[in-house]
Amino acid sequence: MREETDLSVLVKNSGEWLRGTGPESDIVISSRIRLARNLAGFPFIRKCSPEDREKIERQVRTRLENLPDWDEIPYVDIATLSEVDRQFLVERQLISREIADSEGSRAVAIDPSEQYSVMINEEDHLRIQVMHSGLDLVSAWEQIDRIDDAIEGEVLYAFHNKFGYLTACPTNVGTGLRVSVMLHLPGLVITQQIEKVFRSMQRINVTVRGLYGEGSQYTGDFYQVSNQVTLGHTEKELLEMVGQEVVPRIIDYERKAREFLIDKGQQDLHDDVSRALGILSTARKISSEETMHYLSKVRMGVNLGLIDDVQLATINKLFIHTQPAHLQKLHGRVLTTSDRNVERASYLQRHLCGPSGRADELN
Amino acid sequence: MKCQYCDKPATFHITELTEPDGPQVLHLCEQHARNVLQKGEPTPVSSVAGALAKQLQLGQTKEELRKLDQKECPVCGITFFEFRNSGRLGCPLDYDFFEADLKPLLLNIHDSLEHTGKRPTRAAATADSQADLIRLRKEMEAAVDREEYEKASELRDQINAIQGEPKRRGNA
Ligand SMILES: [Zn+2]
Ligand SMILES: [Zn+2]
Repeated sequence: MREETDLSVLVKNSGEWLRGTGPESDIVISSRIRLARNLAGFPFIRKCSPEDREKIERQVRTRLENLPDWDEIPYVDIATLSEVDRQFLVERQLISREIADSEGSRAVAIDPSEQYSVMINEEDHLRIQVMHSGLDLVSAWEQIDRIDDAIEGEVLYAFHNKFGYLTACPTNVGTGLRVSVMLHLPGLVITQQIEKVFRSMQRINVTVRGLYGEGSQYTGDFYQVSNQVTLGHTEKELLEMVGQEVVPRIIDYERKAREFLIDKGQQDLHDDVSRALGILSTARKISSEETMHYLSKVRMGVNLGLIDDVQLATINKLFIHTQPAHLQKLHGRVLTTSDRNVERASYLQRHLCGPSGRADELN
Repeated sequence: MKCQYCDKPATFHITELTEPDGPQVLHLCEQHARNVLQKGEPTPVSSVAGALAKQLQLGQTKEELRKLDQKECPVCGITFFEFRNSGRLGCPLDYDFFEADLKPLLLNIHDSLEHTGKRPTRAAATADSQADLIRLRKEMEAAVDREEYEKASELRDQINAIQGEPKRRGNA
């Protein structure tokens, strides 16, 4: 593995999962699977001494280096990163907020295409994560299963004949599997059906989280659906529950809501979407929250064919690239909140206006 | 409106749609909203705490609970009290050592006590051997510190015997 703490390569790219392609990508942003694993010979993180943490980190890194094809995987020592760099990796969803904020020896190996990452010393010794664009749980599972097998060839996992993979928190024990699908549901939000839809699914063992802005005025309209239980079901059953039972039903509701909106008030909707694009492309300063709110409308407009010269991939990238740490990395220095608001507005303008702006590629 | 966890204004209002009594709204500042959202999964401590509260309401008397709280894992030293407060266990042996106490909790969270999914091809199959591994590794480190290298290499052999050699693929 390459020793790589210069994240500048990642800054300019954007991960595979942001391509805006894959099944149902008008509604499903990404499919993410993570596995929690622990080594048999060490206590869980809470009871690890600083020396234990270092040994785990070193042992896992050395063992990963033995894997074929892993010599080109950038390996990032999180403890030595600046605050902005850690935040950057969190915004990019390559590491968790928890591992960014914790203390002591910790690291992450990042696949250059950003389809997978392996965190060392998070809440568990190992957190393997795979992320694909669109609704793509089956191939995401096949990939993470292979990675898990390869790592298991190198280290001895803490495993219990009855309870399965042992994890620091009993909410993860068994499969250690969390399947999460990120959905963009502006239609259900505008038609005020979102709570009804999720309430109708309450019996099903899934967790839904949404992000609302102030007074529901600023909203990114993103919702994440994940499995709640990890013990007593096979991985396949959990994948099917989220990917074949729950998510397709929500997608169906969202499509119906969008059709309804188009039939009902084509002009209103078109006006709303165009104004959103107008604000994003002309504002001189803009907060991250407001940006989310308008980008969400523009994204729906693109999907409904109301805006035809902006690419879905561009919108997806803008959601990430206008976050605080990304702006600072792209700008090359630390910025205050108000400087960021100015920089964000100018970044949006550059990518949404002008002859090259509405092209598919960001630079 | 103020953030539920600090004095900053609450600019994010996150609706948890999984609560049995209908949606529950969290009012949070940007920082705390990030913490909640970017974990991307149910906050384990609150679900463990909830399940534990239910279990403890039903089962234990005060005296029994006081005793249970003092119970301490011989390998990692975590007490049930510490687990109850943090929601995190201390080592693999805890699943056996606290098995009777964890069962109602696991049933509460997962509605099951039996793993039916993937199994590793190579595992220290018992919790005891996993506990042995932790103990032996500690002893070995102590032996190295005391410069008792012969003892240390004996211990290393024992560890390797439990652990087995990692499989080598490609590069032997
Ligand atoms: Zn706060
Ligand atoms: Zn223990």
